[in-house]
Parts: sequence; C-alpha cells; structure tokens
Amino acid sequence: MDLLGFGDLLLSGAWVTVKLALTSLVFGLILGLIGAAAKLSSFWPARALATVYTTLVRGIPELLLVLTIYFGGSMVLMAIAEQFGYTDYIEISAFAAGVAALSIAFGAYSTEVLRGAIQAIPKGQWEAAQALGMRPLKTFFRIILPQVWRLALPGLGNLFQVLLKDTALVSVVGLNDLMRQAYVATGSTNQPFTFYMAAALIYLGLTVLSTGVTTWLERRSDPASRRAAA
Amino acid sequence: MNWDWSVIVEYFPRLIEGVWVTLELVFLSGLLGLLLAVPLALMRASHNPWLRVLPFGYIFFFRGTPLLVQIFLIYYGASQFEAIRESALWPILREPYWCAIIAFTLNTAAYSAELIRGAIHAIPKGELEAADAYGMSKALKIRRIVLPRAFGIVLPAYGNELILMLKSSSLASTITLLDITGAARTIIARTYTPLEIFLAAGVLYLVITAVMIGAFRLLEKRLNRHQHYKMPAELTAIDPRLKD
Repeated sequence: MDLLGFGDLLLSGAWVTVKLALTSLVFGLILGLIGAAAKLSSFWPARALATVYTTLVRGIPELLLVLTIYFGGSMVLMAIAEQFGYTDYIEISAFAAGVAALSIAFGAYSTEVLRGAIQAIPKGQWEAAQALGMRPLKTFFRIILPQVWRLALPGLGNLFQVLLKDTALVSVVGLNDLMRQAYVATGSTNQPFTFYMAAALIYLGLTVLSTGVTTWLERRSDPASRRAAA
Repeated sequence: MNWDWSVIVEYFPRLIEGVWVTLELVFLSGLLGLLLAVPLALMRASHNPWLRVLPFGYIFFFRGTPLLVQIFLIYYGASQFEAIRESALWPILREPYWCAIIAFTLNTAAYSAELIRGAIHAIPKGELEAADAYGMSKALKIRRIVLPRAFGIVLPAYGNELILMLKSSSLASTITLLDITGAARTIIARTYTPLEIFLAAGVLYLVITAVMIGAFRLLEKRLNRHQHYKMPAELTAIDPRLKD
C-alpha cells in the first residue's frame, strides 16, 4: 500500500487502533464481569452501584466520556496527588484516556450481556455443583463461567465491533490512531476523500476480521452445534 | 481542585441552546433516515438477488466503519472534487450542519434498515398468507399489512437506535457544530472547567435519553395495543377461547 507515500503512516495508525481496541477489551471485560457479579449480588448496595454505573454510562455519549477523562482526569489526579504532597503537573496520555473511556463504556454494555448469560444457565447446575460439594466460587469458575463464555460470545462480539469503531473518537484528543493519521496525510496532500476512504476501508477490514474471529470462537466454544452442522 | 457550581449556572443557557441543536440533528436525520431505511429494508428482504446486493453493500459499508470517518468523508472529502465544488450541491455540502445531517441520515438508515428487515421477517407467515388469500396486490399488502406490522415489531429496537443516534450526535462537535458537546467544548476553552461543564452536559444527555425512553414506551403501548387488548367479560363468558 503506497497512497502517495502515506501508506505506512496509515498502517502504523491502524496498529495503534488495534492496540487500543484490544487493551480496552481486556479492561472492559474485567469491568463487565465485576458489574455482572454486582448486579446479581444479594448485597443491595452492590446492585444499586452497578445499576447506576450502567445507566449513567449508557446514557452519555462516548465522545463526552473521552473528553471528560482526557481533560478532567489530569485535574482529578493532580488533586489526589496534592494530598500526598506532589504538586507537579500530571498529564494523562491520549492512549490512557482512550483505554479508560472505552473500557468504562464497554464494561457498562458487557455487564448486561454477561448478566443475561449467567442468568440463562439453569439453576439446576448450581444445585448439582452444590450437591457435589463445590463452594459457590468454585462453581462459578468451573461450571458457570465456561458456559457463560459460550452464551455471551455473540453479544460480546457485537460490542467489540462497536468498541473498534469507537476507537476513532480518541483521535479527537490527539491519539495517533488510524483516523488521526488519515487527517495528517490529508493536511499535506490536500486529498481528504482519498485518505478518509482509505481509512474507512481499513476500518472495514478490521471489522470483517473481528467478525471472522468471533464466528470462529463461537464455533469452537460450542462443539454441539458444530457436530449438528456437519 | 476547587469545584465551581457558578460556571454551570452562568453558562447553562448556552448548553440549552446546544440541546436544541442536538435535538434538531437527531430528529431531522432520524426522520430522513427512516424514509431511506424503508425502501432499503424492502429491497433487502426481496427475493431478487440483484435487488438485494445494493442495500447489502450500502449497509455493510455504513455499519462497518466509524461514524466519525463518514462525517469527515462527507465534510472534508467532498471538497476534493472540482465537480462537486462547482455543482449546485456545494452550498449544502459546504455547511457543517448539512454535512452532519447527511452523515447521520446515511448512517442511521443503514442500522434501521437492518432492524426493519428483521421485523419484516418476524411477521407471522399466516398474516401474509391471509392477505394473499384476500387477493391483495403486492403493493397493497406491503402498505396495509407488512409495514404497519413491521413498525409495531421494530419499535422497541428503533427506540434504542434513536438513543444511540442521540449519543452519536455528539460527533457533530468535531465539525464545529455547537450541539451540547460542541457548546460544552467552547465553554471549557474559555473557562477551563472541564469537569463541571462536562458533568452538566452529561446530565442533559441523560435527561433527553430518559424522556426518549418514556416517549417510546407510550408509543409502543399505542401501536401494539392489540397485544394488550382485553376482551369484555360478557364475551369471554360466552366463549372462553376469546380470552387469549
């Protein structure tokens, strides 16, 4: 890919986009699991907190989240650091702000997906595990979680696609991702359509790839349906 | 860090102006998007493969790429072509407002078309066969049976889509529009109070979301009232089968 000599720049941007998406996926899944556990907890403050979290985050734009964390986050961090006697300026990198914002958003949506998946597992399985003498935590990790994975995969796959597309928002605060590099290339060549179209096609390639991986994972995690299809 | 409530109070009218811009963007492009989505969905549900491939490509592109790229493609990209700059369309494509409307319309049309297509598939087959049995023509069947039924089915999902649109409309701020996010950003550039102003903006989005959820619940109750219909007691006393 050459693109008037800017092909490599776009590809390096695409790599940043992929790294941002995957890092946010990891943290977002952790948040989602904690959120789902909190929503299903019998301890009401945990349920309330999780509900507040998902309602708030799902109701405000991701762009606003990115901007708030990027511009407001350093103020909050500095205020905290001041309590410990550190008075220098603290700056949050665009990548860190992006990971924070996108994982918080992904976490809120995946909380619902994971909660639905956990609830979809018949109660009898918990009871059977208990009858075998497993503790609740062991039951969760050995019996429930492996099945949750299979049930939640289609939903999580969709959320990852949304996440992948939302990474473009982080270019607004100056992260050198695919979108930003297309903008840079546009600035020196005066060919905006060419470069934004090239960026769009790379994003399209990435979403197709992620759909492929999700389908593959779905087939792998569900041997029963694979045999039925064959 | 000192928290300053007075900034929110002082600049609140500016944010409210932003609310109107946001609502305008959402409803105008939502309406135009719906108008575009219906023919796309009908084509997509057609049995003719040639008719299906065009909406498929369209939906594939618009759902597979970030909205921000689509906005920039239209707003910045259009100027690359002399033919466009000299055409009658240029006064429209030069304006960030119309570029945002076009981008949002094309984007939401792709998502809504998929929702409507799903709804068309979800219409019980018997109802379509009944329409055929009555001798309805294809167009009459679409107008009287397929579309009204599809709208009732699609409504909850479309409500979600409109809320996603509301959130996406914040991207209009990247091409200088003063919607809620855009207004907030200009205020912050002057006052440097990001936390206070973004909080106020976030609350405004939450309020709009809550109102939209409520409105869609009401609309859904009205459009799907046949599902909540209760037979009068006198009739069910005569024939208990009427109960369901």
